[in-house]
Amino acid sequence: MTDQAYNFAYLDEQTKRMIRRAILKGLAIPGYQVPFASREMPMPYGWGTGGVQVSAAVLTPDDTFKVIDQGADDTTNAVSIRSFFERTAGVETTTKTSEASVIQTRHRIPEEPLTEEQILVYQVPIPEPLRFLEPRESETRKMHSLEEYGLVHVKLYEDISRHGHIATSYAYPVKVEARYVMDPSPIPKFDNPKLGDMAAIQLFGAGREQRIYALPPYTQVVSLDFEDHPFEASKADHPCGLCNATESYLDEVIIDDQGGRMFVCSDTDYCAARQAAGHKGKDAA
Amino acid sequence: MYVAVKGGERAIESAHAWLAEERRGDTDIAELSIAQIREQMKLAVDRVMAEGSLYDPDLAALAIKQSRGDLIEAIFLIRAYRTTLPRFGASKPVETGAMACDRRISATFKDLPGGQVLGPTFDYTHRLLDFKLAADGEVPEAPTRETVPGDVPHVTDFLNREGLIEEAPQDDTPPPDLTREPLEMPADRALRLQALTRADEGFTLGLAYSTQRGYARNHAFVGELRIGAVAVEMDIPELGFAIEIGEMTLTECETVNQFKGSKTEPPQFTRGYGLVFGQSERKAISMALVDRALRWEELGEDNVGAPAQDTEFVLYHADNIQATGFLEHIKLPHYVDFQSELELVRKLRREAGADQVPEAAE
Repeated sequence: MTDQAYNFAYLDEQTKRMIRRAILKGLAIPGYQVPFASREMPMPYGWGTGGVQVSAAVLTPDDTFKVIDQGADDTTNAVSIRSFFERTAGVETTTKTSEASVIQTRHRIPEEPLTEEQILVYQVPIPEPLRFLEPRESETRKMHSLEEYGLVHVKLYEDISRHGHIATSYAYPVKVEARYVMDPSPIPKFDNPKLGDMAAIQLFGAGREQRIYALPPYTQVVSLDFEDHPFEASKADHPCGLCNATESYLDEVIIDDQGGRMFVCSDTDYCAARQAAGHKGKDAA
Repeated sequence: MYVAVKGGERAIESAHAWLAEERRGDTDIAELSIAQIREQMKLAVDRVMAEGSLYDPDLAALAIKQSRGDLIEAIFLIRAYRTTLPRFGASKPVETGAMACDRRISATFKDLPGGQVLGPTFDYTHRLLDFKLAADGEVPEAPTRETVPGDVPHVTDFLNREGLIEEAPQDDTPPPDLTREPLEMPADRALRLQALTRADEGFTLGLAYSTQRGYARNHAFVGELRIGAVAVEMDIPELGFAIEIGEMTLTECETVNQFKGSKTEPPQFTRGYGLVFGQSERKAISMALVDRALRWEELGEDNVGAPAQDTEFVLYHADNIQATGFLEHIKLPHYVDFQSELELVRKLRREAGADQVPEAAE
């Protein structure tokens, strides 16, 4: 059911054109944050308005749309965004990663490798990887243009000297095509290796901060590290309690008040598909 | 046994239904009408129009009803609606000198052309709860007087004749549009004023108050505060001239601020400016004080590092729709990031525990 009062995918064509221009510019300069005139959306800033505007600009009536939040299709905000596009664009929706042509995500990259036929749209809260080192936008833009990234390395070095490790576990900064340092959005660093050399187009939308950036297919993306402290993608050291997967990112679930817990795949589609194929974890019914 | 949580969709629908019920409240009590809100909650309506950047009292009243009186939520509804509206064009600048003033006061001159008009103000009311109002809302008719026809000139113009206040030369550069272009620094005064007029009233008040208490003090006199209706005119290309398309109520505040002079400027008074939709004196005065504080650079003053002098700080944090959205988003699930932090903290603690033994031996 489409809401006739609004244009296809809610935004008017002028606005979509403006967003598409920003996306094209972003794809032409991978990792560079393109300012765009973000619109007020009918959901709050900070709840995926950047991703929603990017999705609205790239969706066509033939697309199949999937939305995940924390890897899951059935988290409340994912449900809300999916139903927004069902209502305003009337597009097909799916929970199956392989069947989707556009996937909007918050905080995860699907476990299943994506293809050249797909677009992955990230919701981004703070697009500036240097923000917590320098709060001024005027300064950070200068630092990017001068490729002045010493401060990030100093921060990572200070982590190592204080904790023995780099104490950043999500939104772990990356360098794109040996030029721009980029915030991959708050995905766990477990997902970082999937960013590089990906077949799908990756688009990042930050509504409140009015920035769009992008990674074209097969872009070189390197997580920042040091020779003697190489980047390490980490996850909970368990198999999934439901599907027994050992290579997927896990959520920890508290099951009683006696310290009981179990670990399950955060990617619900991946887990369900494995269970359907007969894989069974120790906690599965 | 853990079962993955399903049914977010049903939970959302039920939550919305409950919300609608709560909004209505006890059905034995008569329902509020839009007209009642528009007429009797007028200052709330004005605030929603001002910070929603849309002058439409009926829609603002509807938003207040729908949001159960949460004004920031109402402002959000108006903003989200506003952004879908087509643009027919831009009006001519409104002429506040020709305002039909309901209220016009100057704190700098005892009397002046156009006179002091108190208007409908809370200023000299004693803040005693009026229990009569709880029983019945009948009010005696207020006395009236013929208005003196003619323009009400701006107070700052009188000072200007003596050259005592800085010039504010006519500038016909089209102002930037905050709602169509991303906010980028440095922001000129037109853009700053545009951001301030839709800025959160509380945030603007707090910043203005901080300048009064010494964080970039610029001692402000309310040169003039006026509230009233102005005509909105628009050039119609087909006609070749401007016609009046409506009128709106505005609050305008011009402050006269001390200024010792700088290397480049002689001692003279300087200006702060506030202009807000509807009747909103607190906001207009606050805006003028913050405007003046943000002008330190063009006036050659020192940056004392006060928050109200910091354009980036003020403009990037003044919008309550952006602020409340980002603040409240931390209610959304973050278990993926939290999980990665859990793993990290556990690892660091393990290693810290292992390190403790040799340290104790030292």
